Amino acid sequence: MTEVAAAPVVPATTTRTLRRSRPSWVGWGFIGPFMIVFALVFLAPIAYSIYLSLFRKQLVGGNSFVGLENFTTALTDPKFWESFERVALFLVVQVPIMLGIALLVALALDSGRLYGRNFFRISIFLPYAVPAVVATLMWGFMYGTRFGLIGNINDAFGTSLPNPLSPDLVLASIGNIVTWEFVGYNMLIFYSALRVVPATLYEAAEIDGAGQWRVIRAIKLPAIRGALVIATIFSIIGSFQLFNEPSILKSLAPNAITTYFTPNLYAYSLSFSGQQYNYSATVAIIMGLITMVIAYVVQLRGMRKEA
Amino acid sequence: MATAESVQALRPARRRGAPSGLRASKKNHDARAPRKSKTLTLVTAIVLVYALLPLAWLVINATKTQPDLLGSFGLWFGDSFSLWDNIVATVQYDDGIFLRWLGNTVLYVVLGAGGATLLAVLGGYALAKFRFPGKRWVFAVVIGAVAVPGTALAVPTFLMFSKMGLTNTPWAVIIPSLISPFGLYLMWTFAAEAIPTELLEAARVDGASELRTFVQICLPLLAPGIVTVLLFTMVATWNNYFLPLIMLKDPAWYPLTLGLNAWNAQAATAGGEAIFNLVITGSVLTILPLIVAFLFLQRYWQSGLAAGSVKE
Repeated sequence: MTEVAAAPVVPATTTRTLRRSRPSWVGWGFIGPFMIVFALVFLAPIAYSIYLSLFRKQLVGGNSFVGLENFTTALTDPKFWESFERVALFLVVQVPIMLGIALLVALALDSGRLYGRNFFRISIFLPYAVPAVVATLMWGFMYGTRFGLIGNINDAFGTSLPNPLSPDLVLASIGNIVTWEFVGYNMLIFYSALRVVPATLYEAAEIDGAGQWRVIRAIKLPAIRGALVIATIFSIIGSFQLFNEPSILKSLAPNAITTYFTPNLYAYSLSFSGQQYNYSATVAIIMGLITMVIAYVVQLRGMRKEA
Repeated sequence: MATAESVQALRPARRRGAPSGLRASKKNHDARAPRKSKTLTLVTAIVLVYALLPLAWLVINATKTQPDLLGSFGLWFGDSFSLWDNIVATVQYDDGIFLRWLGNTVLYVVLGAGGATLLAVLGGYALAKFRFPGKRWVFAVVIGAVAVPGTALAVPTFLMFSKMGLTNTPWAVIIPSLISPFGLYLMWTFAAEAIPTELLEAARVDGASELRTFVQICLPLLAPGIVTVLLFTMVATWNNYFLPLIMLKDPAWYPLTLGLNAWNAQAATAGGEAIFNLVITGSVLTILPLIVAFLFLQRYWQSGLAAGSVKE
């Protein structure tokens, strides 16, 4: 730095051409720190996880190599499949509802037809800032038939609303908590994408006499396809990883939530209550693979429509 | 259909009998700020109520004593207003463990979210403005890793850290928080838009070192993006539950989230004292800082998010 400051114009151009000829390692100077930590907390655990899944702890003689035996065990494990079906059901019901509401609110905000638009935007986003623990405890209390809102309503009107924390309803109740937490976040992603649609497109549509719905269908939705695909992928990943909400609700609804309620909860229980680290790693890897495949397919389909 | 709508658009103007020039400008204005709709506002207000009602419930119930909590209507105040008593009880309970948890959370947020933002800013800048060998590879690996479930990493990370003697220390929570692939992506798209390449070339011609160019020229341009990434990594670390749940056994190192959960679970254990009023008041105290941060920094994170979504 100091050396160049003293130097005249000509050496400066030399430095420039020098940097151009090998721009490479400068870039690594900036990305390097990220990649080192990334290798430690992402790549190494993934490699270790695969290693673990190929072994099994024996009663005598410690770990022994079992090949893919853990995987065949997991794929025929009814507990694993039950938990998988539960999150799959959660995915196909909760994600469309949440993204649908988020999209409608984003379109309403973007239409400029709302009174107090900023108040709407910031208020609906606020739940995102609430930790899953607080959100779950709060909804869990409100669900309570004893001192929650459901209990209040039952007392006041003499009704007998079903307990949201009963085994039949607990998945829907969790879906409601997750929707509450993330509807504003997704709304904001969609809204930000809508904001950058070029105004010339709207002017052209106006000249063509296109109505509101037609503008939404023909201009707005295609323009934010990227945001829609990304939000869908994040939501799919989130659904398959479902853990916090059922894990916290477990203390309020111990009978409705089993130790294998979701695949993640199953993997967690296997590790930390059962000490079955190898089998737990196997379950986690299978879920990781399924998630990646589905996320990839969604991305491909999203991109293909764009072409 | 097109004709019907243009006739409709013309009609009010004609009724007002405005001259054509004024009419055109009026219409143009309308296109930018359309008429407000009460119906649409009311329909959207349903979602607003859904978003705010639980928070209202939380705040109202933070003013109640334990008996009131059980005996009064959830969405209205109880017989006594004991918000202050509850706050005092929350911070004093168990020798002030709540303040200790608050301190831990701040520590994890400052080092975890601060570090994550720093790494994301540096990395995003590199991806946006430099060509370097293996760049495609870096990109593919990071994007691929986003799809890996956090819990798939949790068990092996725990086992690795426990071999390194890091579990049950703050490092076990801080180090994994340092990586935010979403932050990296956001900074990458933001830096690509915000920093003109000519500006970098001019700085190089003038002989500024790469570090100096970055600190003096690029950092100010990146400010809205940095605030955005900082806020989102702050939320992620402040709200983190799963990672500390696995890594920490000693309540003295708990963040607020784990502490609140422990207080809640206490009621279910045999002989445990039910302290729901403290759980609720503690929850209010936990979410307050983030909500304040989001409200005050609105301008920054919204422009940062908008720029981040330019590129798909």
